[in-house]
Amino acid sequence: MSDIAAPRSSSRARNLKGGGRNRSGQTNFELYSWLFMRLSGLALVVLVLGHLFTNLMLGDGINGLDFAFVAGKWASPLWQVWDLLMLWLAMLHGTNGMRTIINDYAEKDQTRFWLKALLLTASIVIVVLGTLVIFTFDPCLDPHSTLSVCQ
Amino acid sequence: MPSKPAGTLYRGREGMWSWVAHRITGVGIFFFLLVHVLDTALVRVSPEAYNEVIGTYKNPIVGLMEVGLVGAILFHAFNGIRLILVDFWAKGPRNQRKLMIGVGVVWVVLFVPFVARHLTHVFGG
Repeated sequence: MSDIAAPRSSSRARNLKGGGRNRSGQTNFELYSWLFMRLSGLALVVLVLGHLFTNLMLGDGINGLDFAFVAGKWASPLWQVWDLLMLWLAMLHGTNGMRTIINDYAEKDQTRFWLKALLLTASIVIVVLGTLVIFTFDPCLDPHSTLSVCQ
Repeated sequence: MPSKPAGTLYRGREGMWSWVAHRITGVGIFFFLLVHVLDTALVRVSPEAYNEVIGTYKNPIVGLMEVGLVGAILFHAFNGIRLILVDFWAKGPRNQRKLMIGVGVVWVVLFVPFVARHLTHVFGG
């Protein structure tokens, strides 16, 4: 008696109750992903355009970029938080966009799997590396540094 | 997969091309971002290593590539805002053509001053 299959109604009720799944038995992952692209996109417009304006338009623009410029910016918690947020949001936004493109154009299951595995690996490496760089940055890495903070 | 579907209101119109351009600029920006995090990570190696690599970027060829990158970013940013308005603003879909023109106008207004200033830095030394 114990091996009678669960009636359809009970599994549907279980689905309706949640467990992160909607009525058709799928998760809402794609809905949240769609919403995330729009929310992170809005934030990135401000973060990226602000980043481009301060680095390329103000001062000497591209010619002013060097180690001392980075040290000067990351002396301020504002730019540390700015760059960290930009790194995480841009990488999540970009990785999710690439995932959509792989799903659209790679038709074989094997190809999709390996492309997504490669994408995920690259993204994790870049996010972890970038985060470590922001948190462990040392303006006085060079013991003979002439930067004013190191005197 | 049908190789040549019948023409639709959407296919081949500005809505399709902005979608294509959004994908292409998105992929380009993503690959740039991977490289950009790697080159910035050189600040943890040594000031010299970072300055040397950034120094190789300060030439007219890379300068022009940066113009392309910023053009792509500006398009992706404002076309993205157009997408959000079409999705969430009740009058968005009805005004989609005007929104498209708006993207073009904002793009030109921001891109032209950038190009002028950036090329002054690149070629002015």
